[in-house]
Amino acid sequence: MTASTAEQTSASGSKGSEPPVPEGAITVTVKIRRFNTEFDDEPRWDSFEIPALPSDRVLNLLHYVKWYLDGTLTFRRSCAHGICGSDAMRINGVNRLACKVLLKDLLSAGGKPTTITIEPIKGLPVHKDLLVDMEPFFEAFRAVQPYLINYSPEPTRERLQSAADRERFDDTTKCILCACCTTSCPVYWSDGSYFGPAAIVNAHRFIFDSRDEGAEERLDILSDKEGVWRCRTTFNCTDACPRGIQVTKAIQEVKRALLFKRV
Amino acid sequence: MQFHKYDVVIIGAGGAGMRAAIESGQRARTAVLTKLYPTRSHTGAAQGGMCAALANVEEDNWEWHTFDTIKGGDYLVDQDAAEIMAKEAIDAVLDLEKMGLPFNRTPEGKIDQRRFGGHTRNHGEAAVRRACYAADRTGHMILQTLYQNCVKHGIEFFNEFYVLDICLTETADGPVCTGAVAYELATGEIHVFQAKSVVFATGGFGKVFKTTSNAHTLTGDGMGIVFRKGLPLEDMEFYQFHPTGLAGLGILLTEGARGEGAILRNADGERFMERYAPTIKDLAPRDIVARSMALEVLEGRGAGPNKDYVLLDCTHLGAEVLETKLPDITEFARTYLAVDPVTEPVPVYPTAHYAMGGIPTNVHGEVLRDNDHVVPGLYAAGECACVSVHGANRLGTNSLLDINVFGRRAGIAAAEYALAHEQLDLPENPAAAVEAQVALVLSEHGHERVADIRIALQATMDANASVYRTEDTLKQALHDVQALKERYARITVQDKGKRFNTDLLEAVELGFLLELAEVLVVGALARKESRGGHAREDYPTRDDTNFMRHSMYYKQGEALAADIRLDYKPVTFTRYQPMERKY
Repeated sequence: MTASTAEQTSASGSKGSEPPVPEGAITVTVKIRRFNTEFDDEPRWDSFEIPALPSDRVLNLLHYVKWYLDGTLTFRRSCAHGICGSDAMRINGVNRLACKVLLKDLLSAGGKPTTITIEPIKGLPVHKDLLVDMEPFFEAFRAVQPYLINYSPEPTRERLQSAADRERFDDTTKCILCACCTTSCPVYWSDGSYFGPAAIVNAHRFIFDSRDEGAEERLDILSDKEGVWRCRTTFNCTDACPRGIQVTKAIQEVKRALLFKRV
Repeated sequence: MQFHKYDVVIIGAGGAGMRAAIESGQRARTAVLTKLYPTRSHTGAAQGGMCAALANVEEDNWEWHTFDTIKGGDYLVDQDAAEIMAKEAIDAVLDLEKMGLPFNRTPEGKIDQRRFGGHTRNHGEAAVRRACYAADRTGHMILQTLYQNCVKHGIEFFNEFYVLDICLTETADGPVCTGAVAYELATGEIHVFQAKSVVFATGGFGKVFKTTSNAHTLTGDGMGIVFRKGLPLEDMEFYQFHPTGLAGLGILLTEGARGEGAILRNADGERFMERYAPTIKDLAPRDIVARSMALEVLEGRGAGPNKDYVLLDCTHLGAEVLETKLPDITEFARTYLAVDPVTEPVPVYPTAHYAMGGIPTNVHGEVLRDNDHVVPGLYAAGECACVSVHGANRLGTNSLLDINVFGRRAGIAAAEYALAHEQLDLPENPAAAVEAQVALVLSEHGHERVADIRIALQATMDANASVYRTEDTLKQALHDVQALKERYARITVQDKGKRFNTDLLEAVELGFLLELAEVLVVGALARKESRGGHAREDYPTRDDTNFMRHSMYYKQGEALAADIRLDYKPVTFTRYQPMERKY
């Protein structure tokens, strides 16, 4: 191996020069909803012209803005591949994770100029730009007793569970609590006291787990006026879920369990 | 400034932090301070499994697991610690199951197990089914299950509190940890937490590299804080490159794929691991597989237009195995490379993945201040710690095991220490250093962009301190990192506000990255041998005469550019004598 210098390998010319333009880049317009509650009286739209590759994630475009054009742009992100659930936002009007949407899927047809619109998820108070207050969302999650409840004496080894019983709740174990579903729900937008799809998904995960003995308590909670009956089956939540969870189906299964008093 | 008082403060809410919190929170008044919401932690990105000799599907025992861990770590493992980990692994898995973790099941309803790299039957005879798993989302399930149980136990979290310093109170017997200082991201306020015990569980520092499986937030904050306090770091030159990152992107594809039968092939379609590890082939430990892949590419047998990657062939596994046992990585390949693993081999190349080194601790999670003494009240667990159970190369699944076994131990030890001791006074002006640090970053003192320095750092580390290293490449890396440190003294941030100032956050994180990159490179230069994750082209063999010892690094002074003093610590042996590693 031969040594490579930082200068040769650096993607940028650095020292505050023009930001780097990758080879094969096209220029897109990114229009971002801005609102800093520390200084601003009301939200505004900022537009940025960005060189980007079709294989770039929307998160790359946001990083480009933050790192080279406007350091005050604020959003959450961590894993950058759809596992941590930090970067839920409204991209061209639909809830998505910024790290799971590629530019090539957003390009305008026929080589027309592309504009990508990015807003914070709806229904939660905005703190700054794309970063919202997640506390109401996690409060609803905590309210459904999202943990295994089992009153029987513990066996010395594992509790047995058949592969079929394990499969029964597999879909809802995939939830990463990103809030894409809950903040795409029209009922949640109009009434924040509704638990919302994500909390019900996490209740479902335990109600249908054969090892769990807390179904009755959770179903009591969910039959409350803030519970599952608010759901109007618009399927926004299912469309929004970046993990492909059948959210509406899970809510319907909880409704059915309530109606027929059995899991 | 706000002031809080707890028995135990845990810093970080990934697997190790939350496992510690579940123990500590039931025994003592506990607060968890975390840069991220707990469920955002990178434990959730772990995929393949967690090994324990349950023997649910074939004969196994924890002594074999101990041996595999020690041999896998190229004999730099402290053998007493490895024995504890392998022995306690069984209860660690069963505890998680009882907490609700939805493991995959055998036809009899027991926890299912699969093969993983370096885990063998009877000291290397053949691969053994030891990894307990939940599809390829084992880390996700562990993180969710631990968070669920924290909710159940009413653990108190301070979310988006970025810890920037710890409080050490000097006594006649040396420093004692008395608290931590955090910057609240939402408000920009500084908080002092007085505590009898502090537990670091802040994860790794993969962002010193460009191609990495690590999250943007993995910037080695905990290791950096400890190092700046004059406390040692251990074995930092040992950094693991996971063989199967998505080529060009670094996104992790689990070793569990090879556990289920996937095969690595070069451009000629050859199953090249047969040449490098004739017995267990594609299931050799990660250091050996990563080196083999790099060699295939260096010798011109790489695939693709630039011959710069190899191929992970899953096509013979069938759609059902991929959809049920490896669904997430199947989706990653489709989403990010537009490659369908059901029908096409997936381009892969080693990706910076895991720090074997870190904050030195004993088996109770107590942090060492030198080879012989601990810092009372200070603990560390998980990737930020070095027990050392991973030695020079961690086996796959042993990180999820490490966070559970040593997270639990650190949580118990921290709470018991807190209950048995009086609270000492904090040092004078405990918040002063953090206030000054924040003020300095926000002040106008130059024009260097944080992103430029970080990108240059990552580029030189990828080019010069990656899978293979030489004296020349490492000297270049050291020169670059030191020059970047000088530039860091002149950084500017655009955001001067107090509300969620992530511009400031990234600047502070970069400081830790530079610090840790230099330690890694200094250590790699000094270790003139090849062992585990540290492969020197100019010193291709292991040198037990001179280097069968842990490296210990101490920062000499406060300045970012301060010298690093290198010392050594003996390896603990119990019953396993070093042998040549063959697989």
